[in-house]
Amino acid sequence: MQNMGSMLDTAVDAPEVREYDVDAVNRKETRPPLYAPRKKIHPRRTHGFFRSFKWWVMALTLGVYYITPWLRWDRGPGAPDQAVLVDIPGRRFYFFFIEIWPQEFYYIAGLLIMAGLGLFLVTSVVGRAWCGYTCPQTVWTDLFIWVERLVEGDRAARIRLDKAPASASKAAKRLTKYVIWLLIAMGTGGAWVFYFADAPTLFTDLFTGQADTVAYATVGVLTFTTFSLGGLMREQVCTYMCPWPRIQAAMMDEESLTVTYRTDRGEPRKPFEKNADWDQRGDCIDCKACVVVCPMGIDIRDGQQLECITCALCIDACDDVMSKIGRPRGLIDYDSIANDERRRAGEETKLRLFRPRTLFYFGLWGLIGLGMLYVLLTRADLDINVIHDRNPLYTTLSDGSLRNGYTFKILNKAREQRTLMLHASGLHGIKLKVVGSEDMGDSPDPYFTVKPDRLQSFRLLVTVPPGTLKDDAADLRFVLKEINTGQTASYNSLFRGPGQ
Amino acid sequence: MSERHTDDFTGVETTGHEWDGIRELDNPLPRWWQWIFWACVVWSIGYWIVYPAWPLVSGYTKGMFGYSSRGEVAKEIAKAETGMEGQLEQIRQASLEQIRTNANLREFALAGGRSAFAVNCSQCHGSGAQGFKGYPNLNDDEWIWGGTIDAIAYTITHGIRNTEDEDARQSDMPAFGRDGILEKAQINDVAEYVLSMSGQSSDASAAARGKPLFTDNCAACHGENGGGSHEFGAPALNNDLWLYGGDKATIVETISKSRRGVMPAWGKHLDDATVKQLAIYVHSLGGGK
Repeated sequence: MQNMGSMLDTAVDAPEVREYDVDAVNRKETRPPLYAPRKKIHPRRTHGFFRSFKWWVMALTLGVYYITPWLRWDRGPGAPDQAVLVDIPGRRFYFFFIEIWPQEFYYIAGLLIMAGLGLFLVTSVVGRAWCGYTCPQTVWTDLFIWVERLVEGDRAARIRLDKAPASASKAAKRLTKYVIWLLIAMGTGGAWVFYFADAPTLFTDLFTGQADTVAYATVGVLTFTTFSLGGLMREQVCTYMCPWPRIQAAMMDEESLTVTYRTDRGEPRKPFEKNADWDQRGDCIDCKACVVVCPMGIDIRDGQQLECITCALCIDACDDVMSKIGRPRGLIDYDSIANDERRRAGEETKLRLFRPRTLFYFGLWGLIGLGMLYVLLTRADLDINVIHDRNPLYTTLSDGSLRNGYTFKILNKAREQRTLMLHASGLHGIKLKVVGSEDMGDSPDPYFTVKPDRLQSFRLLVTVPPGTLKDDAADLRFVLKEINTGQTASYNSLFRGPGQ
Repeated sequence: MSERHTDDFTGVETTGHEWDGIRELDNPLPRWWQWIFWACVVWSIGYWIVYPAWPLVSGYTKGMFGYSSRGEVAKEIAKAETGMEGQLEQIRQASLEQIRTNANLREFALAGGRSAFAVNCSQCHGSGAQGFKGYPNLNDDEWIWGGTIDAIAYTITHGIRNTEDEDARQSDMPAFGRDGILEKAQINDVAEYVLSMSGQSSDASAAARGKPLFTDNCAACHGENGGGSHEFGAPALNNDLWLYGGDKATIVETISKSRRGVMPAWGKHLDDATVKQLAIYVHSLGGGK
């Protein structure tokens, strides 16, 4: 018995009994927890270039968001005078001088593709700049933290308040903070609905209880999401909910600039000592200024991390410390992995903005942009769509002539009534007849009058004499011409028959 | 049970799976994730109480407010019908010609007629009114009982050879073969003559023998030249449009056994406004006179 446990999986004295050197997989002490409680983050205020830049970006983005629906743009009588308006019941999208019909949704698709490629481009050049500066989640969280700081004080005061026992003043501070957050959240939700209706009218309607239930519901939902995501959830949204941090790694490479702690300069880190020999130690004095300002609760000195939104506030915090201790700024700075390697190899660092990846993203982005611009500048305000009847494909008449039916749609995107003449070519002896317009008689080229800003649908019958159609189908071209201006729109269709 | 594996860099256990050398860390989920799960459970219970949810042996739980998606549709249809009432009343008051010449009423009637046609008529006449054997094509310009808007409305209202309406359009072609009126050879000759009338190739001598037979037996209804007659519902035979088929075998069959197509009297099944809209629609298909 005395040698028991000294060897692995050894047979003990008792016959056919072995002992095993293992740990229970689910032993209580070593089992990792299924759920982790959230640890609260209290970011400290910073000053510096990037903090100022972020304030400006916030002012700009929020300004654009809140003010845009109130801008006016005169489009003449009968048309809305709101510069940017998504008119869903009227099925129009107005953007200053541009007016888009549902048929032209490709403009929106193009813009979304451009936005996506733009995001790829920015990410490949400067990493998660979108996350750090312009993402609504970041902007509103920044705003909410600013409010929190105004009401409850900076980091130390907030930690003290969190730990303080319940009191009237603590409740008052909390209540004030939540009320201001709620007002901001309601303003955010409120501004959103103004994009979908006449803003001044809807504004009065909202406060007098006259607005549509959908408007109130939208404001309610967006108030809730703004309050909870921006005020309460904050960094949890970026770390756990947002898919973008997972995708972006595909756009970055070793030359992409990102917020980086320069290990070569900082290490070995040591607490600050007066008259230190800086050649014998790293520049990092381990003051953790970079950690306390981080809204994501990470230590940038651990290297690139999933949580880091590259808001660059740690750069400001560190630069401030470096200038105070008389060391060069930029211990934490925008830098690339390639530069880190170059430094280690004793080479010059360099900024390579023009790389195949960035050029490709920019080229694609630019091409689509130019294509969209071309389509927009050459956009016609007159268009036709001709749909050949599916059933029957053709009708034989008693005298042997053949007739095809078409649904003919005219899109008059101008804000005036227009008179148009239709002409069809491709076969001999074509006769056109518009159903419901017997008054036109047997004119070979019927006239249409279409109302302003309307899509009008007609049924068109095309007849050709017996024997005209040799095969089972022939090309038929419709040309619609405006009488006054001579502007045309055309459509290539088919004329069908039984064949031989 | 896979082997326990701990990631060297983070010290976090992995899930044990591996894809191309990439392992997934088994980090704990945030606690609020679990709250959301429970919130969803609570929400679903509320949902069961408010909305129809659980199937029972007969029927289902109805929910507190009696909501049903079918009920919603019924409400929307009722609302749409109320909205149409004004125009339907105008259609009831107006004559067919007035409807046809008034742009707004015509547009309304065409839309209503199209949907009524799809529901009531397309089963026999086809979704494009192109017809089938025995069911006329309504797109062409040959009409058995007349192609004016009033004639079309009459046919729709009273139907053809039905027993439900006394005013139904009536006519009865004799079964020349079955009833022994004509000999087989004579029927063959008449068929050859009909072929020649419609411009198809035919046996000239047989057609010549058939001509007097046609004059004696057929011309009273179909006309001396085979032009047909709306009064007797006798189709024109001098063109290439055929209700049952224009080949010789079919023509012989038609002469021998007769044809007797029936159409219901839609006036007994549909309201006046719907019949009027149907007439406007059918007339607009292209062959209307």
